[in-house]
Amino acid sequence: MASSSKSEPVKIAAPLWGRSLRHQGVVIGALIVAMVVLIALCAPLIAPHDPYYQDLLARLKPPVWDDRGSWDHILGTDHLGRDYLSRLIYGARISLLIGIGAALISGLIGTIMGVMAGYFGGRVDMVVTFLITVRLSMPVVLVALAVVAIVGGSLQVVIMVLGLLLWDRFAVVMRSSTLQIRSMDYVAAAQAVGCSTTRVLMTEIMPNVVNNLIVIATLEMAHAIILEAALSFLGLGVQPPLPSWGLMVSEGKDMMLFEPWLITIPGVALFLLVLSINLLGDGVRDITAPENRN
Amino acid sequence: MLYYSLKRFALALLVALTVSLISFSLLYISSDPAIAMAGETATDADIEAIRQLYGFDRPILVQYFDWLQRALAGDLGQSYYFRTNVSALIAERLPTTMTLGVTAILFAITLAVPLGVAAAIRPNSLIDRIALFLSVMGQALPSFWFALMLIVLLSVNLRLLPTSGSDTWLHLVMPTVVLGYYAAPAIMRLTRTGMLEVLSTDYIRTARAKGLRPPVVLFKHALRNAIIPVVSLAAVQFGFMLGGSIVVETIFALHGAGFLAWESITRNDLPTVQGLILVFSLFYIVLTFFADLINAWLDPRIRIN
Amino acid sequence: MTDHVLNVKNLSVDIPLADGVLHAVDGIDIHVDRGETLCIVGESGCGKSLTSLAIMDLLPKKAIRTLAALDLGGESILDYSERQMSDIRGNRMGMIFQEPMTSLNPAFTIGNQMVETLHRHRNISGRAAHDLAKHMLEKVGITAAAQRLNQYPHQLSGGLRQRVMIAMTLLCEPELIIADEPTTALDVTIQAQILLLLQELQTEFDMGLILITHDLGVVARIATRVAVMYAGQIVEQGTVEQIFDNPMHPYTRGLMQCIPVPGKTRPGEPLGSIPGMVPSLIGRFTGCRFADRCSLVTDACRSDDIALRDATDATQAYRCILDPRAMAKVA
Repeated sequence: MASSSKSEPVKIAAPLWGRSLRHQGVVIGALIVAMVVLIALCAPLIAPHDPYYQDLLARLKPPVWDDRGSWDHILGTDHLGRDYLSRLIYGARISLLIGIGAALISGLIGTIMGVMAGYFGGRVDMVVTFLITVRLSMPVVLVALAVVAIVGGSLQVVIMVLGLLLWDRFAVVMRSSTLQIRSMDYVAAAQAVGCSTTRVLMTEIMPNVVNNLIVIATLEMAHAIILEAALSFLGLGVQPPLPSWGLMVSEGKDMMLFEPWLITIPGVALFLLVLSINLLGDGVRDITAPENRN
Repeated sequence: MLYYSLKRFALALLVALTVSLISFSLLYISSDPAIAMAGETATDADIEAIRQLYGFDRPILVQYFDWLQRALAGDLGQSYYFRTNVSALIAERLPTTMTLGVTAILFAITLAVPLGVAAAIRPNSLIDRIALFLSVMGQALPSFWFALMLIVLLSVNLRLLPTSGSDTWLHLVMPTVVLGYYAAPAIMRLTRTGMLEVLSTDYIRTARAKGLRPPVVLFKHALRNAIIPVVSLAAVQFGFMLGGSIVVETIFALHGAGFLAWESITRNDLPTVQGLILVFSLFYIVLTFFADLINAWLDPRIRIN
Repeated sequence: MTDHVLNVKNLSVDIPLADGVLHAVDGIDIHVDRGETLCIVGESGCGKSLTSLAIMDLLPKKAIRTLAALDLGGESILDYSERQMSDIRGNRMGMIFQEPMTSLNPAFTIGNQMVETLHRHRNISGRAAHDLAKHMLEKVGITAAAQRLNQYPHQLSGGLRQRVMIAMTLLCEPELIIADEPTTALDVTIQAQILLLLQELQTEFDMGLILITHDLGVVARIATRVAVMYAGQIVEQGTVEQIFDNPMHPYTRGLMQCIPVPGKTRPGEPLGSIPGMVPSLIGRFTGCRFADRCSLVTDACRSDDIALRDATDATQAYRCILDPRAMAKVA
């Protein structure tokens, strides 16, 4: 019956920094993500050219490391003569916007559903669990493609669609975290003192599920970025002339045999961004709640 | 066991119905089926005529039950684009996707399970680090890009494999790898965690104390228990592959259900899209249902309650 | 003179930890003969389980064992490879563990798990193996043995599972059985039955039995000889009569005082207890490990390592610098 028999969840606090530094994955991940964010924010300052400016005389120029390349277009140009480096830089904005936007929307939906289910239990839990099962049974890619095709592709539509589809893992994890926290003595104490439900949720439950929330948010962010890239690649995501990395791969695939950089460069960028976000998320989880590894 | 199955079956049915309702309304809400059906050159009068003729002016729920009734009889409507029976269309394309899916999941399992076992036997060793490294890399790799890179490398530069089409088994190699690799990391990690857990149990200690040889302890005693959750996961991943097949089949020009999905979506062929959503969902639901059953059957503690 | 079934000389088990090396077992000498039951007694953490695992060479990977000699039936098995050891385990030397609830594989039937031992060590399978297993189950007192063979562990109670474990260990008629707290997890009534069973089987199969326990009641019931362990060392050993009637080491005495004796202990009289805690065994340790808790402690006790010395009867030994006659005078 003694509360010491249950272990207190780890709260994010200053001592965490010391342990982070020892975890190489988190460091690499955090560095790359920070770099990409910085690049995206400073895009107008660092991009050498306008990403939409077409110079048909300078089409399909290879990157600077090739014999025919030049420092004028460090990463070459695409089939419309647009500077690839500039498009890559602005493309980072798109990927990050998608990732953050979709993660925010799905995070909001999923967290509300999961916490409600975990806290109130009973019928609420039954309904939420059923909804999660329904959502898991739906082919996400197919539905996303279909909706985008019908409504019309654009950045906002993609963010909305992904946000409305990717909440399942949030709901599942928030639900189990809430269930775990709800049985803790300090929650019972708060309730006994007469705190309102909202207050208990805000002050006792939320701070302790925030760790898991962050981890899932990073993972779903990466998930959304990859999905948008796939959607745009298939022509049913962000529309040209926006420099979505997926779209860049799609536009370059017809010429990939002779101008391989057209697909390698945006692909590597995608890979690195998703990798670092995953590393960051994995690392945060390993530090704050290693028991949730699977 | 029987009661358990029936309960799960009823739930699966309910989920299937809900999914069909949601996808039905999704499509009908976000577009005007009359316009889609009439085509681009139709006049307003044509559109209105079609609307009346096909009953698109009725309330959504009525339309849904109508569609559901026919769907239960196997009739999924007529494809706007292909001008044939949607059910027949899907039935014709499905085997290709199934073949691809099965080989892909087998590929993923063959890759991931041994790696997971090896990593668990020697935690924190080189093989363990390699396994985790590969799994992290694998999860970050976009499938469409991976497919293109493989094509450039293996088809064009090394001339090892054909680029597209589906005549010989060689045609399936790259699509299998591209579809399967994404499932491998999760399977590997679950196998590894499961094995680590099982290897530290008392019954494994007993097996060793009985003098059983290491392969017997590992594969008969340990893996048999560790594999139970992995089977479920593999079934779930197999379900996800249907979604992944859209990209893979489109890139490799394989005429399966995934490619059909892309074709019908880009042509606003609503009945086909709807039919595909239903079929894909049903497939996934059936798969998870069987995965649950297999899970329960594999564990004698559940099988013999 | 015939060889001991088991002869262990100078066994030590060291476990490297983050803050140093834990000397969990330090210089143990034990031996068991056929038909003899040696009880190793001690509190949790004294190293008795590690001792048994070390003998079987089943220690966790990090632990390091060192031995001057390890003989089974007169034959040295000290430098046996893992392959050779696995040939002996379950065959000439068997082990029974403490938790019957988790010691059997839940995924296979009892029969399957028993038959595999016979297949492994005696190359018997099929009908013959099945019959042998059934026969052994009956021997350990399990009724409806044929049905039990087809059942899964979760369908049996704890007591039944422990009988199955015993039966499984006996299948190859081992020379030695090590039982690590075989009755601790069982109900008191079942405990008595299992102990009786072990005694009967030992006599019938003429085996050596090492029984590890923290319960002096079990010791009194079943032991021929006793080794008392404390903080990784044997602090006293002798026959069961010697230990109970004439305990020499202060720790043993303390243990004896903790037991209420019907007839001797007066109602209302407080039971003895030994104050203090087991010392940390990480790093080098000089002197008597019981020093901090001993009422007879002197400075000399802490300065040098203490060796086992004989009591008045040479078959009894204890690890204390006070001499036997002085000890006898202590109440």
